[in-house]
Amino acid sequence: MFEGVPLTWFLITGTIMFFVGIYGFLVRKNLITILMSTELILNSVNINFVAFNKILYPGHLEGMFFSIFIIAVAAAEASVAIAIIINIYRRLVNIDVEKMNEMKY
Amino acid sequence: MTPNQLMFAIFSAVIIIFSILTVTSRRILRAATFLLFVLVATGGMYFLLRFNFLAAIQLTLYAGGIVVLIIFSILLTSHIGEKLEKPELKKIIPALLAALGGALITIATILQHNFPVEVISGSDRTDIRVIAKSLISTDKFGYALPFEVISILLLAAMVGAIILAKKRKD
Repeated sequence: MFEGVPLTWFLITGTIMFFVGIYGFLVRKNLITILMSTELILNSVNINFVAFNKILYPGHLEGMFFSIFIIAVAAAEASVAIAIIINIYRRLVNIDVEKMNEMKY
Repeated sequence: MTPNQLMFAIFSAVIIIFSILTVTSRRILRAATFLLFVLVATGGMYFLLRFNFLAAIQLTLYAGGIVVLIIFSILLTSHIGEKLEKPELKKIIPALLAALGGALITIATILQHNFPVEVISGSDRTDIRVIAKSLISTDKFGYALPFEVISILLLAAMVGAIILAKKRKD
């Protein structure tokens, strides 16, 4: 309970966001929209970490540091993924995952 | 309803509605804008929990950095007026089943579990001085090693992104 807001409300919000991200990851075909679904999944995990930290262990900061490191990893992942997407677009002129069925060798 | 509950309800509604719109919108630039709303509402949730530093990171790095990067790559790789084609039904149904089933199981588990009511009490330690000291300390609750590892990871990602996106000569 955090000033009237129970822990389960945060967890349910995070759960819904996570599975919406999973749905988008499975349904979408464009590479950039798949990347956006990944960002949704990472964000929902951050909400869970922070809510557990604040409500169950308010004297500690572990959840916050985990969230900071997740955000840093997400930034690195997005930059490399977008470099790969642009490289693919240069070679194949579209970024549809179902049309990418050839490798170099 | 207390003010905290009201703010939580607003942020939660914005997160759920706009995350659903993010994965269903057929215009890709609009999907990116909806993603921006979701990330800003998540930052608001961190403010609600009094993690001011984390909320500032969320707004600058996620909402300011990653969304701009995504929008740039959208503008580079697709035409603005273009609509994505509708996903086929034989793809939607398994994905929807997986997502709904997973969400139902997880929510049922959360509602069944009894979280401890009395918390380990302690002062609020979200002071910026405490954060800075534990990020570079090597004691218990210190994060010097992950901090160094993440700096090497960011450097490697930067070099990798430059090499991948560079134009080949051949």
